[in-house]
Amino acid sequence: MSQVDTTTNAGQLLAAASGGRRRLGDRVFSRTAVVAAVTILALLAGVAIFLVAEGFPAFTAGASELPEGKSFIDYAAPLAFGTVLASAIAALVAVPLAVGVALFITHIAPQRLALTLGYLVDLLAAIPSIVYGLWGIFVLGPAAVPVLKWLEEKLGWIPIFEGPASATGRTMLVAGLVLAVMILPIVSAVAREVFAQTPRKLMEGAQALGATRWEMIRMTVLPFGKSSVISGAMLGLGRALGETMAVTIILSVSGAVTFNLISQANPSTIAANIALNFPESSGLAINALIATGLVLFAITLVTNMAARAVIARQNHE
Amino acid sequence: MESATLTRPSTLLAGGLGWRRRAVNITMTVLITAAFVLALIPLISLVFEVAKRGIPGLSLEFFTEDARGQIGEGGGASHAIVGTLVITAVASVISVPIGIMAAIYLNEYGEGRLRRALTFFVDVMTGIPSIVAGLFAYALFELFLGPGIRLGVMGSVALSVLMIPIVIRSAEEVLKIVPDHLREAAYALGTPKWKTITKVVLPTAFAGLVTGVMIAVARIVGETAPLLVTTGVVDSMNTDPFNGRMQNLAVYAYNEYRSPGVFKQAAYDKAWAAALTLIAIVMLLNIAARLVYRHYKTEIR
Repeated sequence: MSQVDTTTNAGQLLAAASGGRRRLGDRVFSRTAVVAAVTILALLAGVAIFLVAEGFPAFTAGASELPEGKSFIDYAAPLAFGTVLASAIAALVAVPLAVGVALFITHIAPQRLALTLGYLVDLLAAIPSIVYGLWGIFVLGPAAVPVLKWLEEKLGWIPIFEGPASATGRTMLVAGLVLAVMILPIVSAVAREVFAQTPRKLMEGAQALGATRWEMIRMTVLPFGKSSVISGAMLGLGRALGETMAVTIILSVSGAVTFNLISQANPSTIAANIALNFPESSGLAINALIATGLVLFAITLVTNMAARAVIARQNHE
Repeated sequence: MESATLTRPSTLLAGGLGWRRRAVNITMTVLITAAFVLALIPLISLVFEVAKRGIPGLSLEFFTEDARGQIGEGGGASHAIVGTLVITAVASVISVPIGIMAAIYLNEYGEGRLRRALTFFVDVMTGIPSIVAGLFAYALFELFLGPGIRLGVMGSVALSVLMIPIVIRSAEEVLKIVPDHLREAAYALGTPKWKTITKVVLPTAFAGLVTGVMIAVARIVGETAPLLVTTGVVDSMNTDPFNGRMQNLAVYAYNEYRSPGVFKQAAYDKAWAAALTLIAIVMLLNIAARLVYRHYKTEIR
């Protein structure tokens, strides 16, 4: 860092020493860079300001003017519940899987294959969400129907599998699973990076003491990567919270607030609700949808900031 | 004899490698490998299903005709393909200069509060849900052009919100690895800073910058949600982003699925064909990005 600073200063001194015309070029160029930086801050401020301005009428409007004749809180709460539920399922499924994938690539697969295998998993992140949606409803949903039936019959005494099992697979569980596939590459990329950085001496020390490969992983790699994996999980959660199309297509919604994951009656999510209703809405309904968008923005912002805070604390240590 | 003395200390220390530890080790290795295989199943299934279901819908018509007045079979998605290209191109024209200049600011000029603020808010921007970016673009244009407005350029603005942070992050990474001794050599020759950046730093980083931009384009070209609320739905060709609704491939696929009409299978075929076309575009961009990087990267020593 200090090295960069000294070169900067030297360059500026030289440039300053070599006459006005050059300094003009420097001024124009550095101003342009600053303008670009400020534009981005302005853009982000714009996002917040416009969403607040357009969402505000819905906060103050009476229940009778809003869609479904409910107050804004009553309108948005089930959506927020559905959003968090779907993302929680996604994170619960994706995180252990992602840790496994990362461990496999960094410590079990042959070194020569590691790059290629990592690239394969990254490909999952490149697939557009609309494709995940179509895949979810035409392939995974129908394939899941017998599994959902089985869950209802054998594990129906657990409230989340109470049923009646959906005959189409358009359930919260399937939507959560598709979200899990979508966030898997992000979480595993973060985990992979930190697992690969485990200090060699720790791993060799464990092995020198006679640890098996799993014991070595459990005693050195996992503790070393723990906080990064947590922040990666939260980044993935943030992505799942805001994911729209897959849920819009897959989930059959009824507005019910329920933890029942395998039935046809599900709460919608904020993002899916916007995608479903925005194109046909007008007037105050638009404001209400934008206000829910603001709520979503706030939820993802808090999640992402928490993730960054974990990373920052760990870098500090 | 020799080998016995070699193994003994470690077995003593670890309490002997009994069958239990061995079994746990094998079980965990199998579980970890299974996790990896499990993660690949959706990828394989996705690629296979999209290819299988997408190919029947592909035809010359799909690429050459729009959907105007078309019912059931027939008609194409040329309007959606052109729309995707126009919307993405405009988004890139907005995002690439701003993103790269901001990365130059962060890496070459930035200091103090503005730099810290920018680093922080670029992180925040990375986390904006795509549908929220769409709502922002709608709210922005609605204010000036009235409610219910739908334009191609609105979609581009929404996509820019998503694209700019990706461009900045990748450009920053690339600029960071340009070695300082190149800058120092230029300064030693009396080159002003801006010329050092434009004639030394940027050319050195060029391949990386192009790769980063291509990957950013690949990330936004398949976006659906922000376009659903900004560019609207239309059946005919529109090449003017500043005038009227504009279709694109992702929204086209969604609509063919959502409102298939009477000829369900024909509509579903077209939805899958659009999905396949999108995946092909994304994969081509990713592969091209790798090739560019491999062929044109400057040797940095």
